[in-house]
Amino acid sequence: MSKRATLILEDGTVYRGDSFGSERTTLGEVVFDTAMTGYQEMLTDPSFAGQILLFTYPMIGNYGISEADFESGHIQVRGIAVREYCHRPSNLHSVQTLDNYLRDSNIPGISGIDTRSLTRHIRSRGAMMGILSTEMRDEDALERLKACPRYSDTDLVYEVSTEQMYQWPAVGDRQTDASAGIKHVSYNIVVVDLGLKYNIVRILSRLGCRITVVPYTTSLNDILALHPDGVVLSPGPGNPSLLGDVVDVVKGLIGTKIPLMGICLGHLLIGKASGTEIFKLKFGHHGGNHPVRDLATNKVYITVQNHGYAIDDSTLQGGFEVSQINLNDGTVEGICHPDLPVISIQYHPEASPGPWDSSYLFDRFLAMVGKSTDA
Amino acid sequence: MHKPSKVLVIGSGPIVIGQAAEFDYSGTQACRALREEGIITVLVNSNPATIMTDEGVADIVYVEPLTVGVLTRVIEREHPDGLLPTLGGQTGLNLAVDLADAGTLDRYGVRLLGTSLDTIKKAEERSLFKKLLTDIGEPVPQGTTVRSVAEAKECVNSIGLPLIVRPSYTLGGTGGGIAWTEADLENISSYGLKISPSHEILIEQCLLGWKEIEYEVMRDARDNCITICNMENIDPMGVHTGDSIVVAPSQTLSDRENQMLRSASLRIIRALGIEGGCNIQFALTPSPIVAGTWAPDQGKLGSSQYYVIEVNPRVSRSSALASKATGYPIARVAAKIAIGRTLDEIPNKITGKTLASFEPALDYCVVKIPRWPFDKFAMGDRGLGSQMKATGEVMAIDRSFEPALQKAVRSLEFGKRTLLWEDPAWGKGAQHGLPFLQSNDLRVWAIMASLRREEDPDKVSQLTGIDPWFIYKFQNIVDMEKRLLSEPLEPDILWEAKRLGFSDEQIATLADRLPEQVRIIRHEWHLHPVYKMVDTCAAEFDAETPYFYSTYETENEALPLDGEKAVVLGSGPIRIGQGIEFDYCCVHSAWALQEVGMKSILINSNPETVSTDFDTSDRLYFEALDEESVRDILENEGSDAASSIVQFGGQTAINLAQPLDVNNLSILGSAAEAIDIAEDRQRFEDFLAELDIPQPPGAGVFSVPEAIDVAQSLGYPVLVRPSYVLGGRSMEIVHSDDELTRYLTLALELDSHHPVLVDKYIQGKEVEVDAICDGENVLIPGVMEHIERAGVHSGDSIAVYPGVNLSESEVNTIVGYTTRIGLALGARGLLNIQLVILSKSGSSSIYVLEVNPRASRTVPFISKVTGLPVVNIATKVMAGMTLQEQGYSGGLWKRRGLVGIKAPVFSMSKLTGVDNYLGPEMKSTGEVMGVDHNFEAALTKALLAAGLMLPSKGSLLLSIADRDKDESISLIKELYSLQYGFYATEGTAAMIKSMGFPVKMVTKKLDEGHPNVVDVIYDGSVDGVINTVTGGRIPLKDGFDIRRAAAEEQIPCFTSLDTVRVVVSAISGSGGKFSVKPLREYLR
Repeated sequence: MSKRATLILEDGTVYRGDSFGSERTTLGEVVFDTAMTGYQEMLTDPSFAGQILLFTYPMIGNYGISEADFESGHIQVRGIAVREYCHRPSNLHSVQTLDNYLRDSNIPGISGIDTRSLTRHIRSRGAMMGILSTEMRDEDALERLKACPRYSDTDLVYEVSTEQMYQWPAVGDRQTDASAGIKHVSYNIVVVDLGLKYNIVRILSRLGCRITVVPYTTSLNDILALHPDGVVLSPGPGNPSLLGDVVDVVKGLIGTKIPLMGICLGHLLIGKASGTEIFKLKFGHHGGNHPVRDLATNKVYITVQNHGYAIDDSTLQGGFEVSQINLNDGTVEGICHPDLPVISIQYHPEASPGPWDSSYLFDRFLAMVGKSTDA
Repeated sequence: MHKPSKVLVIGSGPIVIGQAAEFDYSGTQACRALREEGIITVLVNSNPATIMTDEGVADIVYVEPLTVGVLTRVIEREHPDGLLPTLGGQTGLNLAVDLADAGTLDRYGVRLLGTSLDTIKKAEERSLFKKLLTDIGEPVPQGTTVRSVAEAKECVNSIGLPLIVRPSYTLGGTGGGIAWTEADLENISSYGLKISPSHEILIEQCLLGWKEIEYEVMRDARDNCITICNMENIDPMGVHTGDSIVVAPSQTLSDRENQMLRSASLRIIRALGIEGGCNIQFALTPSPIVAGTWAPDQGKLGSSQYYVIEVNPRVSRSSALASKATGYPIARVAAKIAIGRTLDEIPNKITGKTLASFEPALDYCVVKIPRWPFDKFAMGDRGLGSQMKATGEVMAIDRSFEPALQKAVRSLEFGKRTLLWEDPAWGKGAQHGLPFLQSNDLRVWAIMASLRREEDPDKVSQLTGIDPWFIYKFQNIVDMEKRLLSEPLEPDILWEAKRLGFSDEQIATLADRLPEQVRIIRHEWHLHPVYKMVDTCAAEFDAETPYFYSTYETENEALPLDGEKAVVLGSGPIRIGQGIEFDYCCVHSAWALQEVGMKSILINSNPETVSTDFDTSDRLYFEALDEESVRDILENEGSDAASSIVQFGGQTAINLAQPLDVNNLSILGSAAEAIDIAEDRQRFEDFLAELDIPQPPGAGVFSVPEAIDVAQSLGYPVLVRPSYVLGGRSMEIVHSDDELTRYLTLALELDSHHPVLVDKYIQGKEVEVDAICDGENVLIPGVMEHIERAGVHSGDSIAVYPGVNLSESEVNTIVGYTTRIGLALGARGLLNIQLVILSKSGSSSIYVLEVNPRASRTVPFISKVTGLPVVNIATKVMAGMTLQEQGYSGGLWKRRGLVGIKAPVFSMSKLTGVDNYLGPEMKSTGEVMGVDHNFEAALTKALLAAGLMLPSKGSLLLSIADRDKDESISLIKELYSLQYGFYATEGTAAMIKSMGFPVKMVTKKLDEGHPNVVDVIYDGSVDGVINTVTGGRIPLKDGFDIRRAAAEEQIPCFTSLDTVRVVVSAISGSGGKFSVKPLREYLR
C-alpha cells in the first residue's frame, strides 16, 4: 500500500490521495493543464516553475519517460496531482517510469484525487497556492502555506534561467542529434533564456540557425556584442512585473530594429517595453486546444498555451496592434507593429507538447531575419 | 460560395452490418443544422425506423427505395440546388457518386456540397488515394490495385505473404480478408473482384499486430483544420475497426507520436480538399513486446513508424463514436461547413461559450465494445478479421480504463454476463496459447481467463498483439477479483473495487454475498456513484450540457433535476431482434414528455443513436441499462421524484420493470403486473381463458413421453420452445415424433428444471396489431398482415398495412380482442398483439399468439403509414392525459388511401456459417418500407429497397421440399410464363419436367460432379434461389450450401413460398409503375 499524500489549498480545501514520486512536502501555485498527452514535456517546461501541476487528463504515466522528450535539463514543476498514476507504462520509447523519474528528481506527486472537482474549484475561485505533503499534519501544512512567498511575488525566472551563456546544441539533448537535413542558412540568433524550452532552439537549429543562449540578466550591450541577426525572448514562469531590468533591455532591442521574436513571457515583456499594461488571468490558459484567430488572414489555429498573465489590449501603445486573439475569451494572443520587425505571440509555436500547427511562425521570423540581413 | 436554398440529403437505408443507427444520428443532426440556416431540406431514406424520416426533422421527406432511378425522380420533382453526400454512410456516398457519374446532378444544376466528386474518388479509389498520399510524402503500405486473380498472385513475390485484400467501394470491408497462403489469396481475390462495384481489389502489405489509431478530422472552406479526437483500437491491425474494442483518447501514444499522426491527418485532409469531416486510420509501430512476434523488423528499428491505412471522406461510425465520446457534434458541424460556414462561425452548443473551432479535451476514458450477433447465431463463424460482423456497439465512460471497460461489458447485455463469465468448455485447467486467445467475440473473456490462470501478461500481449498497457489493466481487474475472493469486504476494498468498475453483482459473486446485500452495505458505507459531465473542455469552462456518466469520485455534478420528470429507459446496443426501432420510440417519448411540461431523462449505452445526442432529452445518462445503474440513477434523481418508462426500450427496458417494481420504484404506464401477466405462460393462459379469447392449444412438458402425448393429441406440426431461453436455442416447428424427441432430448439435457412448451402450430395468416390504451379506450392505429404464414418470425416477415386479405369481420374480431385485452390488462400506453387466422371453408378462427404490453418493432412503421404519432400519444397517456383529452377516441383509426409494406433486410453475406432460412428465430438486421397507393406498387418498392427483387428476366435455382411441391406448381407456372429459366435439384427438376417445362438438373451433393448447386450460383448462371426445407434439424444441412452461396453472391434467396408469391405478383403486375412522392402526399 502506498503512502498517503495530502494537497491543501490556501482556502483550506483538502484533497487526500496516494503518494507517488518523492515523499516530501512541496509548495506552489496550483494550476491545471488540459492537454491529454505530453506530461513529460510539461514537467520539464520551465514555465511551470513554482507551480504544482494538476493534469485534467485522468491517467498519467501511461507511456513512461523517453530520452527524447525533455524540454529542459530537469523537472521544473514543484509537484504534480493526478487522478490515476499508471504503474506499468508501455511505449516503444519508454526508458523509465514517471514515478522513478519523479523520485530521482525529488519531486512529489499525489494520485487518486478527484482532479475534476479540483479543476472546477480552481476555475471558479481562481489559481491559488497549495501545499502537497506526505508528512505534515493539515494544520501545520496550512500554516506553512500561509507563510510561504506568493507565486506572483517570486522571481522565478531567476531560478530557471541559465547562469552561463552557451551555444546550442546543449550537451545531451537527443533530439538535436537527430536533426538531419538542416538548411544552410546560418543566421546568428541570440536567445534570451527566461525559461527556455528546448524545442524552440531545436526548431531554430533545424532551420539552420547558429544559436547562443544567454542569461536573462544579459545587458543590451552584451547581446549586441554577439552581433545577432535576430533575438528570441523565450517563454518563462512568473510575474512579468518583476522583470523591470529585462524590460529595459527589450526596449533597447526594439530600438535597434534587430528582428525580435517574443514567445509567451517574451511577448509580455515586449508589451511592457512598449508601455502596455499586463493583467493576471483568473486561472490562466493551460492546454493544447486553444483556438486563435490571426486577424490579418482570418485563419484559426489550434495553439498550445501556458500562461497566467495577458496583455490588456486597451492599453496598447507605441504603434503596436493586436495581431491575434483567443477565440474562447477574446484575450490578446499576439501583437505586431507596422514598422518594426517584431513577432510577439502569447502561445507556444514550439508546441511540445501539443499541436505543431504554429511552427510556421519560426519560418516567418527567419524570413524577417533574412530580409533584415539582406538590407 | 453562395449558400444553397434547397438541399437533398440521402439517408443510409436499412440497418445492415457495417451501417447501423449512426447515420440516423448524423442525418438528423444535418437536417436540423441546415434548417437552422433557413435551408429547405429534402430527405430520402427507405428506412421507416428513423427519426430523420419524421415530420419536423427535414422539410420534405421521401420514404422511397434508394436507387439512382428513384433519386433522379426526386431531383426532377424537387429541383434542389445542393446535395449533401457525406452524411448517409457509404450508401449515401455511393449514390451521390452514381448520380454525378450519370450526369443527373449537372443536368439539374445540383451542386455536391462540402466534398467534391473528385475528392470522394481520391479517397475511395485505392490507386488514386495511394498516389495522392505518395505525392504529399505520406507513407502507405506497399500494395497494388488489381483487376484479376492472376495479377493478385503476382503480389506474393513482389510484396510477400501475408497479404490483405480489400475490394473497392464496399461496406464494412465486405469481401475482404487476410491471405496467409497463395490458396487463400486466390479465394479471397476472386470473391472480392466479384463484389466490388468497380471490380477492383487492393492487395496490400499486411500490418497485422501494429497499433491501429484513428483520427477524426474537420476542415472548412477557409482551410481551418482541427482534430476532434483520436481513438486507439485495442485489437491491433487485422481486426476491422468496427469489430475492435476501441478506447478514446489514445492511451499508449506519447505526445510526439500523437502529434506526428495528428499533423499527418491535417496534411491528408488538406490534400484531399475535404470540406467537412473525415476519419483517418493509421498503423503505428507496436510496443517492443508485441513487435517481437508480429513485426520483428520494426522491433529493430527503434523508432515510431506509421502508415496511412484508410480515409473515410464522410461522417462514419467512428465519427458517431467520436461525437458521443467527446460531446462534439461532428455531423452538425460537418453539415454547416458543407454549406460554407467556417469553424469559427459555428458556436459550440455544449459550452454555449466557445466555438466549433477548438479541439475537445477529455478528462475521462471512453471504451467502445462491438455487439456481435453470435448469441443468436451460435453456428456462425466467430472469428474476427477484416470483415465486420458486429450489428451494433456499446460505449461506456469513466475516469479510468478498467471501470469504463467493465461498464461497457455490462452494457452488452449478454444476459448478465460480466467480465467474470467463462465458457464452461474452458474448464478449470490452464488456458494458454494462441488458439485460445485468437480474435473472436469472446477474446476479452478469454484474456481474463488466461490471467486468472496466472498467464504472464506480456505473453498474453505477444499472443494477441494487444498492447501490454491494456493487458496490465486487465491484470489489475484480475488482481482485484483475487482480493475480493480472499479479503474481508470492508469499506476500503469495496471503494477500490467500485473504482475499478466492479458491479454489485460481481462483488457479490466474489465475496459470497447477494447483490442486494452488497448494495445495502454500499449504502451503509455511503459508497454511491457520482455523475460527471461530458463538457468537451475538461471543466475549463462552465458548461451546461446535460450529459453525464457515473463514476466513483467525490464531487457530484448532476444534482436532481427540478420539477416533474420521468426517466426513459433506452434499448442499448443494436442487435438482431432489438434494432433502431426502439431508439426511435425512446426519442419520441422524451420529446412527448417535454410537450406535457415534464423533464425527460434518458439512459442508454449506445453511441450510434439519436437518443444519446446531448440535446434530445433534458438530461442524458450514458450508462449500462442494468438494475444497478438504473437504480443508482433513480436514487440520484430522488427515487420518489422520478418515474421510469419501460415501454420503449425493447426487452432491455421491459426486463427492468420487475426489479424496479420490487424496489418500489414507480413505473409510468402499464404496471409491472400487466407485464408479468403477458410474460408468465400460466397467468397469460388463464387471462385469455377468462376473456374467452382463443389461443393455440398446448402445454408445458418435462419429458419426452409427455411431449409426444401432448403433440399427438394436438396433431403435428407443433411449435416447441423452452419456457426459459437457453443460449442459442429457441423456437422450432417440428413435424414428427422423431423431430420432437431430438429437440426435447437436447433441450432437457440443457435444462431439466423448466418446462418445454409444446403448442399447436397453426399455419395460418399472421396478423399484428399495435394499440394505445388509456384504461378507458383502446386506440388501434392499424392492423398489419404478414405475408409469410405463422412460423416465420414476425421481424423477418413482410408486413402489409392495411391487411389486404382480411375480411371486415376478421378485422372487427381483431379490434374487439385487442380492446378487451388492453382494458382487462389495465394497460396504460402501448400494446402489441400477434394473432393467427386459420381459415377453413369460409369461416375463420382467430387465435392470440402473444401480447406485449410495450412498443413493438412495428411502431415506427405504423406511425408512418397512419400519420399517427403513436409514441407521442402513448407517452402522454402514461403521463396522465386520456386519449379523449388528446382528441382521439377508441377503435380502429381510419385508414388513408395508401398501402404500406415493411420488408426485412438481412446481413447474411457478412456472417459466414450462418443459415439464412426463415424460421421462428429472427435473423434480419433492418427493415425498409415501400408505400404507394396500391399493393403492387408498394410491394415493388419494398422489395427493391430490401434487395429482394428479382431481375425482370434470368434464371432461378429451385430446390423445393416434398411437402411444398404441390403448392409450388402454380408459382412455377407463373415464373415460366414470365420467361424465367430453371435450374433445379433432382426431385424438383423431375417435377418441373413433368409439368412440361425445360429445366437443367444440378446435383445437391457438392462432391459428386459439376455443375452442382453451388457452382451455378457462384458462376452467375442463376439470379435467384427458391429453397424450402423439410423439418427443423439444426443446423439444417439440407440446402445450407445453396443458401450460403446465395447469401455470399448477394442474390435473392427465398425460403418461403409466400414470399415468392408476392415477388411474382410484383413482377407480373403493374408494380413497376410506382410513384415517387413525399410521404405526406400518400397520407392525404
